[in-house]
Amino acid sequence: MDGDDRSRWSKAYEGAVLRDVPFETMSGVPVEPVYGAGPYPGQYPYTRGVHPAMYRSRLWTMRMFAGFGTAEDTNGRFKELLHHGGTGLSTAFDMPTLMGHDSDSGWALGEVGRAGVAIDTLADMRDLFADIDLATVSTSMTINGPAPILLAMYIAVAEQTGVERSALAGTIQNDILKEYQAQKEYIYPPRPSMRLVTDMMRFTTAEMPLWHPVSISGYHIREAGSTAAQELAFTLANGFAYVEAARSTGLPVDDFAKRLSFFFNAHIDFFEEIAKLRAARRIWARWMKERYGATAERSLLCRIHTQTAGVSLTAQQPEINIARVAIQALAAALGGTQSLHTDSYDEALALPTEEAARIALRTQQIVAHETGVTNVADPLGGSAYVEELTDEMERQAEAIFAHLDELGEGSILEGVYAGIENGYFVGEIADAAYRFERGVNDGQRIVVGVNAFTDGDDPENRNLLRIGPETEDYQRKRLDAVKADRDGQRVQDTLAQLTSDAADPTLNLMPPILDAVRAMATEGEIVDALREEFGTYVEKAVI
Amino acid sequence: MTEPNIRILLAKLGLDGHDRGLKVVARLLRDAGMEVIYLGLRQTAESIVAAAEQEDADAIGLSMHNAGHLTLAPRMVAALAVAELEIPVIVGGIVPDEDVAALRDAGVAAVLGPGAPAEEVVDVVRRAVDQRRSTG
Repeated sequence: MDGDDRSRWSKAYEGAVLRDVPFETMSGVPVEPVYGAGPYPGQYPYTRGVHPAMYRSRLWTMRMFAGFGTAEDTNGRFKELLHHGGTGLSTAFDMPTLMGHDSDSGWALGEVGRAGVAIDTLADMRDLFADIDLATVSTSMTINGPAPILLAMYIAVAEQTGVERSALAGTIQNDILKEYQAQKEYIYPPRPSMRLVTDMMRFTTAEMPLWHPVSISGYHIREAGSTAAQELAFTLANGFAYVEAARSTGLPVDDFAKRLSFFFNAHIDFFEEIAKLRAARRIWARWMKERYGATAERSLLCRIHTQTAGVSLTAQQPEINIARVAIQALAAALGGTQSLHTDSYDEALALPTEEAARIALRTQQIVAHETGVTNVADPLGGSAYVEELTDEMERQAEAIFAHLDELGEGSILEGVYAGIENGYFVGEIADAAYRFERGVNDGQRIVVGVNAFTDGDDPENRNLLRIGPETEDYQRKRLDAVKADRDGQRVQDTLAQLTSDAADPTLNLMPPILDAVRAMATEGEIVDALREEFGTYVEKAVI
Repeated sequence: MTEPNIRILLAKLGLDGHDRGLKVVARLLRDAGMEVIYLGLRQTAESIVAAAEQEDADAIGLSMHNAGHLTLAPRMVAALAVAELEIPVIVGGIVPDEDVAALRDAGVAAVLGPGAPAEEVVDVVRRAVDQRRSTG
C-alpha cells in the first residue's frame, strides 16, 4: 500500500506551488521533500502534516498577538508588525473588554488598556483598524464571551470602508468551553453561551466563507497547568462538542467543519510537543471521519496555530527567555503548525515592549529562513521515539474521551458540560499544576534562573512597557463623547430587540447584535441586554 | 509553637482570571498547616472585606497578573481601613520590582514575585501575621 501512498503523494506534491528557494543543506546537499514511510503529508490521517509540500510551498503565518492602551496605540503596533514582515494581525483585548464591561464600569477600574486594547464601541474598532486594508489582511481576535459583539464590530468597520463581509479573512477565538475549564473569561452559563457560538458558526458559514468562527484552544488549558496530553484531549473534546452542537442546529458537518481551527501551546519539552501536534491531527481526522461522518477532506484537517508557552518564561534573567522561545518555536515548526506567535522575553514581567516583540518575531524568522527545517515535511516522522510519543499522546487522549463520553452518556458535548459542572476539568488542571510546582520547589525539575544558575539577574536595568492611568481617563472621556453623540432611542430599540430575540432559541442573534453595534450601543450594553435572558455564570471556587 | 493556626483568605481581585498561581499557593499554604479560605475569582474589595470579617482572617493574599495592582491593591488596603480591620495584605503575581515600594507605601504588607519558592511564600505570610499579632 505504501507504494500507492507514495505515488499519490508525489502527484499531489508536484501540483503544489513551491517557494523559490533552494531545497538543499547549507553545504549544497539536495534534500527530499519528505522521508520515511506513508501515509505522507497531506494524506489521511495527516499525522505527518496537512499539506503535501508543507513549508516548501508556504511558510507558517507569523502572527504576532498585540494589544495595549487605546485603539490608536494598538493600531500603531499593528502597522509596526506589518512593516517588519508580520503576515497577520492578532488582537489582544483588555480585561474589561474580554469580560463584557465598558471602560466606565466599576469593574474596569485599574484595568483599562492594561492587558490589551480597550474597545467599547464601534468608534474604537474603527480606530483600531484605521489605514489597514481589511480586504487583504487576515485578522485574529482573541475574545470569547463577547465574541459576537466584536465580530459584529469588525464587520461594521469593514462595511463602512467598502469591504464586504464575504471578503473578510480571519479568526475569532470564540472557544467558550475552555473558558470554564481554564481561562475563566466567561459571562453567561455554558448552554446559552454555546448558543452564541453556534449562531456565529451558522452566520459565518452562510455569509463569511473565509472566516474561522471558532479557534479551539488548548493554549490556555496548558497555561493553566495541564499536562500536554490533557491539553490535547480537552481541546479536541471541546472540538467534538462544537461539532455536536452545530450539527444539532441542523448544520451539515461538511459545511462548517472546514472552518474550524485549533490553537495549541508549544511548551519546553521539545519532543512531547511535537508528538502532541502530530497526535492532534491524527485524532481529529479519525474522529471527524468515523464518528461524525465528515467526508470532505478539509473537514478532516486539524489546522493549527501555535504560541510559545508564556508560562515557561521566567521573570528572573528575562533575556534567557529568548532561548526558550526559540526552542519552542522550533518544536512548533517540526510539529507542522500553520501559524505561530512567538512570545516576547519580557512577558513574565509586563506586556512586551516594541523591541521585545521585534526580537520574538525575528526568532521565528530565524527558524523559518535560516535553520533549514522548512525543507523537509515532518522530518522527525519515523523516529522510533517521536512515533511512540505520538502514540502515547493519542492513548492518553482516548482514555479522556472515553471518560467524557461516559459522563455524557454517549455525547461528548454533554460530557464536557458535565465535566464543567462537576469540576473535573479545573480539578485535573489544578492537580497537574501543583505537581509541576512541587517538582520545581523540590529541585527535581530545574528551571534555569529560578532554582538553579541564578547568578546574573539584573532587575535594575529593565525597560518595561508601562500603561499609565491616562489611558483609562482618555477611554472614559471618549466613551462619554460617543454616548453624547448617538441616537439614544435607536440604541434602546436595538437592545430591546436583542433581548427579545434572545428569548427565542430559533433566531440567530448575529443580525440584532449587528444592528445594536451600528447604533453605537456599547459592548457592555449589548452584553447586559443578553444577560437579561441568559443570566450570569459564577464558578464554584475549588482548590 | 502555641500560636493559633493562621487563617488566610485568598482571592483574585477584579476581572483578572489567572488563577493557576493562587491555587498553587492555596495548596502549599494548606500543606504548611494554615487554614486557607479560597474565595476565587472576580472579588471586589468590599466582598473581600466582608469575607475577612466573617472568617476572622489573619491575612489576605491577593494575586494580580493584569498590571492593575497599583490601582487595586491600595483600594483593598483602604477598604480594610474603613472597616477598621487590621489585616495584612500580601500581593503576589506579576508585579515589576519598581512597583514594590509604591505598594509598600500604600500599606501592602509584602509582595511576592513570580518564582518565589514555597518556603518564602510560607515565611512571608507567617511574618506578616506575627507582626500584626505583636502590634495588634
